[in-house]
Amino acid sequence: MADTFLSIQNVRKDFGATTVVNDFNLDVERGEFVSFLGPSGCGKTTMLRMVAGFEEPSAGRIMIGGVDVTNLKPNKRDIGMVFQAYALFPNLTVAQNIAFGLRVAGVSRAEQEARVKEMLSIIKLPDFGSRYPYQLSGGQQQRVALARALAPSPKLLLLDEPLSALDAKVRISLRDEIRAIQKRLGITTIFVTHDQEEALSMSDRIVVMYGGKAEQTGTPFEIYNRPATRFVASFVGTLNLLEGRVASSDRGAVEVDGQTIELGRPIEAEAGKPITLALRPEAVSLGETNGREQGLSGTIGDVHFLGSVIRVKVGVGRNAVMLDTFNDPASPPPVAGTPARIGFSPRDVLVLAD
Amino acid sequence: MKSSRFWAWATFTVGALYFFVPLIATLEFSLRMRRGEYSFDAYRVVFGDDRFQATFTYSVVVAILTILLGVLVVVPTAYWIRLRMPHLRPVVEFITLLPLIIPAIVIVFGYIRMYGSSSPLPFLATARGTDALLIIGYATLALPYMYRAVDTGLRTIDVRTLTEAAQILGAGWTTIISRVILPNVLIAVLSGAFLSFAIVIGEFTMASLLNRPAFGPYLQNIGANRAYEPAALAVLAFAITWACMSVIQILSRFAPKSANQPR
Repeated sequence: MADTFLSIQNVRKDFGATTVVNDFNLDVERGEFVSFLGPSGCGKTTMLRMVAGFEEPSAGRIMIGGVDVTNLKPNKRDIGMVFQAYALFPNLTVAQNIAFGLRVAGVSRAEQEARVKEMLSIIKLPDFGSRYPYQLSGGQQQRVALARALAPSPKLLLLDEPLSALDAKVRISLRDEIRAIQKRLGITTIFVTHDQEEALSMSDRIVVMYGGKAEQTGTPFEIYNRPATRFVASFVGTLNLLEGRVASSDRGAVEVDGQTIELGRPIEAEAGKPITLALRPEAVSLGETNGREQGLSGTIGDVHFLGSVIRVKVGVGRNAVMLDTFNDPASPPPVAGTPARIGFSPRDVLVLAD
Repeated sequence: MKSSRFWAWATFTVGALYFFVPLIATLEFSLRMRRGEYSFDAYRVVFGDDRFQATFTYSVVVAILTILLGVLVVVPTAYWIRLRMPHLRPVVEFITLLPLIIPAIVIVFGYIRMYGSSSPLPFLATARGTDALLIIGYATLALPYMYRAVDTGLRTIDVRTLTEAAQILGAGWTTIISRVILPNVLIAVLSGAFLSFAIVIGEFTMASLLNRPAFGPYLQNIGANRAYEPAALAVLAFAITWACMSVIQILSRFAPKSANQPR
């Protein structure tokens, strides 16, 4: 990485006897948008708070722009942050809120006004300067919070689940808006979320966290299509799991429910060992292998008619494989209890490490 | 349904009578200084008395200084307890309740022993020093009310997130307390201030034993020697208290609405 801007090195955080973040390493490039994705309690917020300076790492160090900031106070770090709970100052108007950081920094009044005006136009609330936070909707408040964080031109922007308090529609539009503003200003950003859709749609890279550790770091495409661990595979997207037994390591043959499928590539596990294979629903099709190279026989289970799409569950022994087919007016949907075949390409089969 | 309403009104009436009859009686009595007709003579006498003006002014100044001292001590303390040491809250609450349990006379005797003219901290050696000691003593007496008022005010805002938001924007502690915390608990602080004011204006024990020319000892003096003027003073004291309450009510209309919680 030629242009590493934020570098988190071997960071650990203990609260008493519990380790919340363990051996965390990450290099973020200038202008990059990186998400910390994981379930609650995985340490993502604690990691973000350590970057902000609200928590002190028990070990390791954090560098911003080549400067070690590990022991620097939050108000000296030159960071912008947006909180889940908006945290606008209720006694100040929108304009005063946005100008807060500039005022603290001793920027001249004229400059403050110009910057506030600019920020208000960026967040598309040009006429809201004189309102108070309680007169705004949740989405508007969060946009003001973003403007307030960005007004002093910080080196780094931290977003701590900024969308989770908002309703679904606002969440999606604000998501696009945040990303657009971030790209336009080119500001290095860390975004904490437990929502995989947010992480996948917004990020340049995602760090999937679990139990205080970074399970996998990669682009949304890599994370979704080539999950490195079982946790990543199950947390990001929907996944069909097939429990099987290795028949041959070299050929990559696996026995599932008495049927053998061949992956056409070697498997690390020895023959006779149990193994878990995973398939995304969109990688499976219904019907006689349907031009795909591999297939399994099973029984149709639940059928959900969703309009344009029909979601079908096919039982293969103890495994249930979910798949979506498009609604074809010419042919009726499959009937539960009837035998069926599913087809997929060996390329799409994920072999999960536990 | 009807009977419960009857009892509600009955209770209300009894309560109102209990409260208003003595007040009206006092008011009526204060107007009867001139034989055979109502007049404001008693009030005229009171307002014309130099000692009234002097002691009242003295007590108002002392009350304002007490409030300032109370705010300076209580706001940062309550804030810090909420932010960083919530486990200490029961202890601090207990300490702030002590002035209710320990009589003022005990405190003032303690002061006289501790800060006499031959002690290492001779507050009592000068009149100004004694004034300072009186203010400190009043701030102590007002502590239970002030602390509770401020603590309740802090409960209505998200202290931690607002603090962090200000911090990350570069603010230091002075800026955070003066520009973020204090304005948002101002109404609470004002109601605490009003209670402090009410306590200080009528306080007798400390002022009398420290021999300061305050309003309380003056009231006592008048009460012991005159007939109509004490009633007039009592009515005035009520009027001042109610004026303070109205001011608080009006101010609370302008209170910042707390909108920092997600809805």
